[in-house]
Amino acid sequence: MSAEYDLECLDVSKNFGSVRAVQEVSFKIPKGSFFSILGPSGCGKTTLMRMIAGFEDPSQGDIHIKGKSVLNTAPNKRNVKMVFQHLALFPMMNVFENIAYGLRCRGEASAEVNRKVHDVLDRIALPDVGKREIHQLSGGQKQRIAIARCMVLDPDVLLLDEPLGALDLKLREAMKIELKLLQHQFDTTFIYITHDQSEALVMSDNVAIMNDGRFEQVGTPQELYHDPHTAFVAGFVGDNNQWTGKVHQLSGDRVDLVTQTGLNMAGHLRGRAQATKGGGLTLYVRPEFIKTRKAKDTTPADASDGENTLTGKIDSLLFNGANSRILVRGPGQELIEADVVLTGGTDDLKPGDTVQLTWPAEQTMCFAA
Amino acid sequence: MQKDITRLSFILLFAPFALWIVLLIILPHIGMVIISLREKVAPRVYEFSFAQYIDFVQEPIYWNTLLRTGSMSLLVTVLALIIGFPIAYYIAKIAGKRSKGALFLLCLIPLWVSDLIRAFGWILLLRETGVISTALQKTGLVGQPVEFLYNDATVIMGLVYTVILFMIVPLVSTLDGMDDAMVEAGYNLGGNGPTVLRRIIIPYAMPGIVSGCIVVFMLTAGSYLTPILLGGKNSSWFTEQIYEQFISRYNWESGAAFGFLLLFFTSVVVWLGLKISGQTLSSTVAKS
Repeated sequence: MSAEYDLECLDVSKNFGSVRAVQEVSFKIPKGSFFSILGPSGCGKTTLMRMIAGFEDPSQGDIHIKGKSVLNTAPNKRNVKMVFQHLALFPMMNVFENIAYGLRCRGEASAEVNRKVHDVLDRIALPDVGKREIHQLSGGQKQRIAIARCMVLDPDVLLLDEPLGALDLKLREAMKIELKLLQHQFDTTFIYITHDQSEALVMSDNVAIMNDGRFEQVGTPQELYHDPHTAFVAGFVGDNNQWTGKVHQLSGDRVDLVTQTGLNMAGHLRGRAQATKGGGLTLYVRPEFIKTRKAKDTTPADASDGENTLTGKIDSLLFNGANSRILVRGPGQELIEADVVLTGGTDDLKPGDTVQLTWPAEQTMCFAA
Repeated sequence: MQKDITRLSFILLFAPFALWIVLLIILPHIGMVIISLREKVAPRVYEFSFAQYIDFVQEPIYWNTLLRTGSMSLLVTVLALIIGFPIAYYIAKIAGKRSKGALFLLCLIPLWVSDLIRAFGWILLLRETGVISTALQKTGLVGQPVEFLYNDATVIMGLVYTVILFMIVPLVSTLDGMDDAMVEAGYNLGGNGPTVLRRIIIPYAMPGIVSGCIVVFMLTAGSYLTPILLGGKNSSWFTEQIYEQFISRYNWESGAAFGFLLLFFTSVVVWLGLKISGQTLSSTVAKS
């Protein structure tokens, strides 16, 4: 209930008829942080945001902004501003009027409006666009105007609903960095809704992974990536090789298992669910933890404890500069992805080469199915 | 060869339109202008003169009728807008997908019946021995039969009823194109209901509003049946004057001049409306 949190949601639920769009979601967002809600489409993240903005009423639970419940506050009285998915800039007004709209609604004096609009245009580095019409702006400029239109009102919380979705890739990459910088500059709490994990991971201080109306896990991007609590989080955040298998032997967190394709592997149990001997498991291994060696120039696998080893044939090579990857056809005919460094030299890996893949047991994340 | 075929098909497609414009619109109007600019000096002897137009200016009853028709048409336009806007907003923005079509259809149904029949429908309800008068007498609210016909209020009501559809259709189509997020953004940035309506919804719908107003105003000012049947001889509608000049008095010269004056007058009003609202014909009527 303290005011050090800009936004608190307490057991918020929303039902549409018999559909439970949001189920008992609770979280607190500290002042001045960049918080993302990441989830597949239809997971309820937009509904959650519309409840924060006041366009929907929660069926249950409470929402606090700066320590005060806003359930009975109309959307236009909440100091929560929103950048819409398609920005919703007003086409019949020029840039200046778009930004001045909120100030005029508040009844501020014209000189003050003028000063504030020019001030915010300076801060987003577009000082001379005030007289332009909306359709004369580029995609990135529109984006910044939409943010400026909210920030000029000095909101407690700024909500962003996948605003980068409509931009092309290059611009999206640039806007990611720019958004983060803008957030620092304005020092306001940003809540960013997205289904694009790289947007969420790059920009956020904290990320909530949402699935099926619930928060699966809340944490820093590193925590989510390296220490996922559920199979969904492991699968949704980052790239993975995925197997399903059965527990062969258990000792603490350490588990020996057999995959459906018949491979023996060593892994580490993650998450809260209990595994039992003979019980089903889902395994995730990230491509960057898999080491690749050409099979001929090594002695047979030294089978050191805690390493998983596999031999396979390179099926194809996905060259992407520093992020190049190979697809290896493993013994169970499955395709395994592994990150590799390609230097352009003659001893680079080629499709058809036989390679040995190794990765540590700690990086084999197992979740009880 | 290919080019010739393209040209031929263009000419064939364009021909009916050109014929229609030239034969049914341009030629008759040129004929009207010529007729209106002559004066009968002796049986079958005509001379070029502005006598018909001078007559119009000198006879207050003529230009009074035109002004009355114009102002009442404006009133009808405003009423149609005020009544039609909420209906259009409901159909375009609030109603669900399925009820949207049904509501639109309900608006269209009156068009299936001719103007004449609809006017007689009103007469059936409103005349001295009509349904409403009888009902009021039965319930004892009035002591004697009441005549609801033949007054200005009835004429205006009947006209609004006839033309409101032409207001609703362009409004629905512009409002339909408005992103709901725009209205939400209006509230989110601190606007209350009236502010959002005044600063966002109405400016956005302006092309539809102007387009609807132009069509409704033109239709009303040029309408004949409804004012005559519901207003009787007292309605003093300008089209009635034109009819009288042509048919009763067989004075084609003056009738043609009146017809031309009506066209000129309504065009000036529409031009003024466009100037005031800052719209152009191409951004409004041509769009929807």
